Amino acid sequence: MIPEIGHYALALGLCVALVQAIVPMVGAHRNNLALMELARPASVALFLTIGVAFAALTHSFIVSDFSVSNVFQNSHTDKPLLYKISGVWGNHEGSLLLWILILAVFSLAVALFGRNLPPQLRARALAMQAMITVGFLLFILFTSNPFERIDPAPLNGRGLNPLLQDPGLAFHPPMLYLGYVGFSMAFSFAIAALIEGRVDAAWARWVRPWTLVAWVFLTLGIALGSWWAYYELGWGGWWYWDPVENASFIPWLSGTALLHSAIVVEKRDTLKSWTILLAIITFSLSLLGTFLVRSGVLTSVHAFATDPTRGVFILLLLAITVVGSLSLYAWRAPQLKSGGVFSPISREGSLLLNNVLLSTASATVLLGTLYPLFADVLNLGKVSVGPPFFNAVFVPLMVPMILVMAVGPMLAWKRGDAYGAARRLWLALVAAAGVFVATYILAGGSWIDVGAAFGMGIGAWLLLGTLVEWAERVHLFRASPTTTIKRAAGLPRAAYGMTLAHAGTAILVMGVVGNTAWKTESIQVMAPGDVVEIGGVSYLFEGAERVEGPNYQAIQGRFHLRDGDGGLIATMEPEKRRYSDPPMATSEAAIQTDGVTDFYAVIGDPSPEDGPGAYVTRFYHEPFVPFLWYGTLLMGLGGIVSLTDRRHRVGAPTRSRSRVAAPGAPAEAAATPHAR
Amino acid sequence: MTRKKQRLYFIGLGMLALGGATALVLTAIGDNLLYFYSPTDLTEREVAPGQRFRLGGLVEEGSVDKDGETIRFVVTDMVHTVPVTYTGILPDLFREGQGVVTEGQLDMNGLFTAASVLAKHDENYMPPEVADALKKSGHWEEGVAGAEAAAKAPGNAEPSSH
Repeated sequence: MIPEIGHYALALGLCVALVQAIVPMVGAHRNNLALMELARPASVALFLTIGVAFAALTHSFIVSDFSVSNVFQNSHTDKPLLYKISGVWGNHEGSLLLWILILAVFSLAVALFGRNLPPQLRARALAMQAMITVGFLLFILFTSNPFERIDPAPLNGRGLNPLLQDPGLAFHPPMLYLGYVGFSMAFSFAIAALIEGRVDAAWARWVRPWTLVAWVFLTLGIALGSWWAYYELGWGGWWYWDPVENASFIPWLSGTALLHSAIVVEKRDTLKSWTILLAIITFSLSLLGTFLVRSGVLTSVHAFATDPTRGVFILLLLAITVVGSLSLYAWRAPQLKSGGVFSPISREGSLLLNNVLLSTASATVLLGTLYPLFADVLNLGKVSVGPPFFNAVFVPLMVPMILVMAVGPMLAWKRGDAYGAARRLWLALVAAAGVFVATYILAGGSWIDVGAAFGMGIGAWLLLGTLVEWAERVHLFRASPTTTIKRAAGLPRAAYGMTLAHAGTAILVMGVVGNTAWKTESIQVMAPGDVVEIGGVSYLFEGAERVEGPNYQAIQGRFHLRDGDGGLIATMEPEKRRYSDPPMATSEAAIQTDGVTDFYAVIGDPSPEDGPGAYVTRFYHEPFVPFLWYGTLLMGLGGIVSLTDRRHRVGAPTRSRSRVAAPGAPAEAAATPHAR
Repeated sequence: MTRKKQRLYFIGLGMLALGGATALVLTAIGDNLLYFYSPTDLTEREVAPGQRFRLGGLVEEGSVDKDGETIRFVVTDMVHTVPVTYTGILPDLFREGQGVVTEGQLDMNGLFTAASVLAKHDENYMPPEVADALKKSGHWEEGVAGAEAAAKAPGNAEPSSH
């Protein structure tokens, strides 16, 4: 019964979404407030119907109702509760339902918190959101019904792919989807603004927090996926430039560009049509990402079995979105009035450079990802484009960007003083040069290390440049400590957001460069008692034994990790697991970290011909990998801090001043934060 | 700065980015394309020893021979076969009779030395190139992956091959 309610709720949701897509749009056109206002209750109703459908599917998973085909395919009674729940979105149908639920949540947020938006803009944006929802609801109802029944019901399910039974991956898809779908908000607002023919600072102030939310989730989602690949696949790698990874990275690059160009629209009322175009492109790339992952048209190391017929539907959806929105753009964008002029050396100029480099990077990664498809269609043979291509095009684009990233925030709007900025950055320049020389000497001083040392140098340049910018703002050491503290407390949260996110990028750069340059590995057969030395530490193999897990059997190896002086650092116990439902093997690496370097051990197959108890083992010396996680966490944190800025506070950006002005009536202010 | 000059600057920057990106892509893509060949493709065309490419097909039943960390196996498309050697730990889903994609080069004797064996996340997954190669050689029986899935039906647990 409950699955039928879920299915019915989806159909009902489609009707609501159709109404929400059409009526407010007509209302906005005729300037009929009643019709426009319908968008808000409709958003609430849409959220409720989709919420019911999602809850129904989750319920079927929790109670293991195997008469539902989707539950049978992806769940098992032995599975821990967390993975029963994550099983809901660990499959195609459920992940689509999650996608739609997130769309509905974003619409609901606009309906609830968007009371101070101009009614026309709000009505059109919500109608646009509903149109996207209609497309996806048609998709799910006609090609991927998650509530399909099977009769007779099987006694038990097939179980979830063991690689997905992992806390890191349980939350990876929802995070990624919150990012992808979040960009739909920028898209809907862009379309609404195009129809209206007006883009102003207020528009940008509205779009930015939504973009920021999407960006934070996408950043953390990509990092989570990378972390999972690093520890779960047992290869010690965190990025392969694989199509599925690129599918999330391409919208991230253009979304980052959008985040920055929206600042220019908000502060300087210029770069408007470019920002609109970026919003359209970013969401289209998110749809493309979904298509690439869900259709299985590309060979990927992360690929899952897929159904190509569904890919055609997403492709159609993508085509309608791209062609429709770009036609509208071509028709309406010339009417947008362009704002003030600025010199190339200015804050706007540096943000524009950031945009050019990020979009170019996004385009080249897209080209490399899609090239095998083009080659196949044009009969040029079956090819794949590997990491060397991406490294060769991506790195040269990022180097100038990181160099400019430290200078840009020091420049004034409209016309900047490059000489003044350079003079204030001398400390960062000297320190970066110091890091370059020190890294070069420490690494052994061979020619190969020049590139790596340069990479560490520009990482240090960005980190110090960012800190110098903050120090300049608070007059550190130039004014009395009390003035500094007062200034530090008075800085807008958005400024802190930028400082954190840029510092995070710097740390990420150092992690990427350091690990790529100095990672080492060693593969060998070890008998109990054997010792292997790698990266200044040694691993002693004690032996391996069978252990039983809740739904798997495993061979568990024991290694003593010792430092150069023979002191015991840790005992490591990597496992090779064999799951029964579905029958599948996974490697669980053992990772020991000291905060800068990871020590990574994997146990492979037994090798009895090399002596009793001998196993193939693999060790990785992974310097600077923790920097990747510190860096991305700081970036995400920067986004969240910036989001709490008074100016961006979702809900009442115009009301904050009156709240500060009336400290005597906090209860009243808190009680009516969203009042008009 | 006038509006006209600003527009010129925008266009210049755009052209520079476009030109730079094109130059980067053209220089990088020539050296870094990896072609995919099936064992049948290798009999039909001359692939120089030492040229890097991807080889895909099925792992022939009974061909896997492990010697410590070095593994030998045979990749087949049911018409022709290529012997492969690989040093390292195989992906967890590597199994006889299943689809595989390896990356590496041929030596003078026609032995393929794999530098990597691509991992899969899902045992029902069949790389599209392998599926195509099997279809071309006429050995695509309603999808080998499909047969695999059928063997997994409840009460018909698949025997472990290890």
